[in-house]
Amino acid sequence: MRGDDVTNNGNTAAKSGNPFKLAGSQLDRVRDWWAKAPGWQRWIVYIGLIVGALILPAPWIGAFMSPYSDWTTVLFFPIGIYILMAIGLNIVVGLAGLLDLGYVAFFAIGSYSLAYFGTQYGWNFWATLSIGIGVTAISGVILGAPTLRLRGDYLAIVTLGFHEIVRITANNTDEIGGARGITNIPHPPDMFGTEFLFDPAPYYYLILATIVLVIIFSRRLEISRVGRSWAAIREDEDAAELMGVPTFRFKLLAFAIGAMIGGLAGAVWASQANFIAPTSFPFILSATILVAVVLGGSGNLPGVMLGAFLIAWLPERFRGLAEYRILFFGAALVLLMALRPEGLLPSRRRRAELAEGTGGMGSMGAEVAGPTSDPDVEVSSK
Amino acid sequence: MLDDLSNQFLPSTVGGLAAGAIFALLALGYTMVYGVLRLINFAHSEIFMIGTFASLFVLTTMGVTGPLTGFALIGMLLLMLVVSMAAAGGAAVLLEQVAYRPLRKKGASRLAALISAIGASLFLQEFFALVVIPAVFDKAGRNTTGVPRLVDRDVVFTIGNANVRTDHIIVIVAAIAMMVLLDQIVNRSRMGRGIRATAQDPEAAVLMGVNIDNVVRMTFLLGGAMAGVAGMLYVMEYEVTQYNEGFVLGIKAFTAAVLGGIGNIRGALLGGFALGLIENWGAIFLGSEWKDVIAFIVLVVVLMFRPTGILGESLQRARA
Repeated sequence: MRGDDVTNNGNTAAKSGNPFKLAGSQLDRVRDWWAKAPGWQRWIVYIGLIVGALILPAPWIGAFMSPYSDWTTVLFFPIGIYILMAIGLNIVVGLAGLLDLGYVAFFAIGSYSLAYFGTQYGWNFWATLSIGIGVTAISGVILGAPTLRLRGDYLAIVTLGFHEIVRITANNTDEIGGARGITNIPHPPDMFGTEFLFDPAPYYYLILATIVLVIIFSRRLEISRVGRSWAAIREDEDAAELMGVPTFRFKLLAFAIGAMIGGLAGAVWASQANFIAPTSFPFILSATILVAVVLGGSGNLPGVMLGAFLIAWLPERFRGLAEYRILFFGAALVLLMALRPEGLLPSRRRRAELAEGTGGMGSMGAEVAGPTSDPDVEVSSK
Repeated sequence: MLDDLSNQFLPSTVGGLAAGAIFALLALGYTMVYGVLRLINFAHSEIFMIGTFASLFVLTTMGVTGPLTGFALIGMLLLMLVVSMAAAGGAAVLLEQVAYRPLRKKGASRLAALISAIGASLFLQEFFALVVIPAVFDKAGRNTTGVPRLVDRDVVFTIGNANVRTDHIIVIVAAIAMMVLLDQIVNRSRMGRGIRATAQDPEAAVLMGVNIDNVVRMTFLLGGAMAGVAGMLYVMEYEVTQYNEGFVLGIKAFTAAVLGGIGNIRGALLGGFALGLIENWGAIFLGSEWKDVIAFIVLVVVLMFRPTGILGESLQRARA
């Protein structure tokens, strides 16, 4: 049983000197405590986290966290939006093991739906938000239905192509503003006596509430029958199929749910941004969210959120780096994959899969020292 | 509509063949690396970009400002070709060394390798935008850089209402010549046999004494050199380049590789030309701003109905 090997990983890792691995064994201890913690302890942690998130926009925190720009604005975008998108992409990449390189296409579709129905028909925020989520779910199915039968890396390229199709279509269609985009997107209506206008604070609480809901949703899915099917598909699709998992249907479901969350993030963002254009949705944003997921540890919600937070926050905190941001991203990706392909806070199961060279796509072609054999024994050079 | 079709069909065909020649050259790099490593070399488009800038570098250092003729032109083209091939081939080998070899040695998953490739691609783009272009060409790194005209747009002959110009002929002939050369290397040389053996069965190839590291390095060198040729021809034909010039072109070239059958060298040639033609013919009806969309829809349709491409996937087969 694969799950049994997984728990031993921490012990063997602790023996080697790699600081990454040492940190990993500490992490395992925290995780063991969490697994055994009784309900009331967990609730204390949950409440602590929510209280922390509620007071996060306080100016004294902002003075340190974001000395160059308004902290509450930064908390909404990029931090909040990135975290929401990362949770959504995590369902596709982390849970179901499908590599989506065009995730921002769904973000764009959500934004455009909200903007179009809001400006053209003057529908209210909740209506346009629901339409946005519905439209992205449908677009996820439309993209997924023909392509999810493909091999993993073909899927990556097709999703990338899909992103370009969406971007170019938005650019060439005058009905939705063409290259000029859509302006004067309506803000959400008043809620609990707060006005949604230019003050970023209400938007922060809106995105916070959204994130909490999506976390609960995503976590419930992960530990349900659906989540177990995704794990089975990710580890070995053929075996899953043989065991009676309808792999195609579950992959499509992952795609549609991931798309919905992306669309939700896009719609919420557009309601604050007031203006969207095709240039708001570059490929680099897809890559950024993917980096967040992989950096944090794909498949593990806290890790993914940590990754998204770091990716969003670091460039804001160190403004001097802003221009070099993507350069560092690129280098960090290459380094990370060489040193710690499982990310900062990996799920144990995912780490074991990556160590075995599975993790969605199988191992590379011309690699003779098989993933299970001893890496110190060089076969290929002689 | 039909008028459009009859007026534009032949000119679009010529334009499509020229575009297809460049797709095909670029597709070779994708196809060879995929054949040997089962990896989409995402950074291949940046290797192409390096090729375009290498050609631009030759043009600026040689002080070319206008079209050349006769031996000066031939000499200049050859110089650009050699420099671009060397720069792009070298960059590809370096890329393999830094971004893929460590992963390969660890037996990492293909997902990890693909993400590393994306990282390398972003890094190279930004490195050019922030460092190389401002330093070497003294231009703003993110702007489109114009390239001086090297080949006069003389009409050599006409087919119907289509003008076939000197530059079209150079692009198409050079691309086909390069591909024949590559095909011969892979099919006839000792190293080529090693490449085919590795693509077929890496383990057996090692047992038969093939040095896999050399084979992989050689694959990247050949693919990179072809991307260099593509870059040089692109600069000559379209006269622009920029730090992310390769991005969309790269996806299309990969589409071409899939279309022809990934891992198949002759398939890459066929797929490249087919994609160039489909895209340009489609643009007659929909307008040229939809070209890229057409290409990606072709990709989806091909993968749906014939995922092994027109000629099938076969770097490993002796014939390919």
